[in-house]
Amino acid sequence: MSRVFVHGIGAVSPAGWGVPTFRGALEKGAPLPTQALTRPGRSKPFQVRLVPEPARGLAFLAHPRLRRASAITQYAIGASCEALGEDLGRVQNGELRLGIVVCLMPGCVTYSRRFYEEVLDDPATASPLIFAETVYNAPASHLAAFLNSGTVSYTLVGDDGSFLQGVALAADWLLNDQADGCLVIGANEMDWIVADAVHLFERQSVQGAGAGALYLRKECSTKPALELACITDTFLFSTAGARPAAAQRMRAQLRQREHATRSVLPECHPRELLCPGTQGVARADADELAAWTDWTGARLAPKQLLGEAFTASAAWQCIAACDAVGRGDFNAANVSIVGANEQAIGARFVNPDIL
Amino acid sequence: MLFPLPRPSKAPPRIVITGAGIVTALGIGWRANADGFRAGRQAFRPVTLFDVSRQRAKIAAEVDLPQLLPPLQLPEKRLPRLDRATKMLLLAAQEAWSHAGLSPGENLPLVLGTTSGGMALAEIYLRHAICSPQSRRQQATRVINYQAQRQALDVCDAFGFSGPITVISNACASGANAIGHAWELLRAGHAEQALTGGHDALCQLTFAGFDSLQVISPTPCRPFDARRDGLSLGEGAAILVLETLDHARRRGVEILGEIISYAAATDTYHLTQPQPQGDTAFTTMKAACARADITPEQVDYLNAHGTATPQNDSTEAAAINRWAGGRAATLPVSSTKASIGHLLGAAGAVEALVCLMTLREQWLPPEITLSATDPACGFPIVSRPTDARVNVALSNSFGFGGANATLIFRRWT
Repeated sequence: MSRVFVHGIGAVSPAGWGVPTFRGALEKGAPLPTQALTRPGRSKPFQVRLVPEPARGLAFLAHPRLRRASAITQYAIGASCEALGEDLGRVQNGELRLGIVVCLMPGCVTYSRRFYEEVLDDPATASPLIFAETVYNAPASHLAAFLNSGTVSYTLVGDDGSFLQGVALAADWLLNDQADGCLVIGANEMDWIVADAVHLFERQSVQGAGAGALYLRKECSTKPALELACITDTFLFSTAGARPAAAQRMRAQLRQREHATRSVLPECHPRELLCPGTQGVARADADELAAWTDWTGARLAPKQLLGEAFTASAAWQCIAACDAVGRGDFNAANVSIVGANEQAIGARFVNPDIL
Repeated sequence: MLFPLPRPSKAPPRIVITGAGIVTALGIGWRANADGFRAGRQAFRPVTLFDVSRQRAKIAAEVDLPQLLPPLQLPEKRLPRLDRATKMLLLAAQEAWSHAGLSPGENLPLVLGTTSGGMALAEIYLRHAICSPQSRRQQATRVINYQAQRQALDVCDAFGFSGPITVISNACASGANAIGHAWELLRAGHAEQALTGGHDALCQLTFAGFDSLQVISPTPCRPFDARRDGLSLGEGAAILVLETLDHARRRGVEILGEIISYAAATDTYHLTQPQPQGDTAFTTMKAACARADITPEQVDYLNAHGTATPQNDSTEAAAINRWAGGRAATLPVSSTKASIGHLLGAAGAVEALVCLMTLREQWLPPEITLSATDPACGFPIVSRPTDARVNVALSNSFGFGGANATLIFRRWT
């Protein structure tokens, strides 16, 4: 048995907490309004998309480990709880071995920036409580503690594409029987230091925050079924000049996979969706758009509506794809990620009862 | 494709080590480090890389980097932009690459562990952004180059291979997790060779962070000593070339050792403190032995995580006592952090390489400053240079956030 199924999805985004608000924003199809983010020392603020306060309080914040948890941890746990659904209790009761993969690019930047400001001020009085929250794997650790899950947990660091690497890693864990279920999370928090960094490269890019989670199992228990059909190789680029070729190679590998399934059921093509990583910024999108010029089917690009949130927005792409297939709107959905500075990688999710 | 993979119908292949490279404060390369570890030499000195005048602790194990790197395929303009962590990484990779006789090519996975990547560069970026918000000169370069994936890409570019790259940041277990993950990739059939290890450079943020937690000793650390009072920080890198046994034999390359097991688990007790009874450490050691089908009686040396903080060492001692049972009384244990400090994301990788050295050269690395072993240790701490018959060595790595990992190595004869 070498099949892996998506058992649940969870999203925290500038649209709100939960997949329904995420889906609602995508259905409206209009970019969400932006908010001003002040940058100390500069008069002009950044325009960003923040995660709104939840309509109701977050019950998980009552957990003793989460009293000081950063925003990125809160987003990761919010998305994970939603993705786990009814299995949340089974994990917490120790009935189910859960592997956790948290994928980050900037990571825990707010506490890191705050801690370093304290160090610059006077290292002798810098706060140990803040320092502990600066490490990359703090969100994974808090999530594991909240879920009472002692199974293996990795934090992967990389660009947007590392989210799909995390999905592939989780699939390996499942197929090697190292876990009964796996959560893969992409998360990003907002801080002026990251907005400032991105602004150095692309002034039109609007930063977003939030998280997305996929819950994977070997068993198929959802109706309709939602299967991870493939994840391409990673096509690395270390310079901007090599990025277009990486995108093309990723597209070519996904195309082969599409053709393989279409040779069985060619009529399914019109009911396929592409969830690209384009954000509506011409220069940033050019390489990916060029790679997908042959795609005539529907497209849905969450970043254009919610903002650039690195591994979180890569997760949103997967969630949009899975939601569309899982609700029966499409028979298959491709995810295309041409990352910020490392790799191009793609994935395909299908309804196996049809494709 | 990363997924799906054709599922192998036969048992997973044996994974051997065919290349090794190491950089620590003891020196650059296998020989300098082997000689240093074998003698139990300590490499601590006053910190020169940043201002520690307001810190409680003022020493660390700094690496003396050479003026020039060995010839690499990196573009000339890239060389002046390399940060300290990347230089150490490239030096270790160069030694491992040459050792294994690798050639440029496709599908050579690179799996690295690090906690802070190029944090020293990020600190300069932060300092400018905070203190000189109007100045953006060189800020874009710093943003690009501090990221851990950039350092991994530099390795790919320097040696002419295409990855894929995986960067694991599981705090102080990162290096061990990286090696374990590479081992699993090869066993699962993703590739026949992999480059793996860990790297971390000293930086002010991390030093100040550990100092703020009051876990750094003002004197060189003394793991498992009854009067230990904290850890010492260090820096370095270690890289291993892993290979399936069949592939190594086809290439006719020298085999340095074998990785026979890996296990990882998460301690959910506290963000920065281990569960006092060491349940998770016990779990990973037990699981790793079960996976390798060996018993504690067959382990000849245990390289402990041994940070020299009161909590870590008592927890690890409890776990070793419980796991080893009757074997504990005669099982040689030491922590090589006594020589080079805690290398954070590089620690697990460097300590894996130390295990390889013990297997290759048949000695045990001592903690020569140990004065009185903590009575909680039901096992002997190696405290003087010792020749020994070592066929199986086990290495523990534990990290912030509860990342626990155990690797087991076997001598190749």
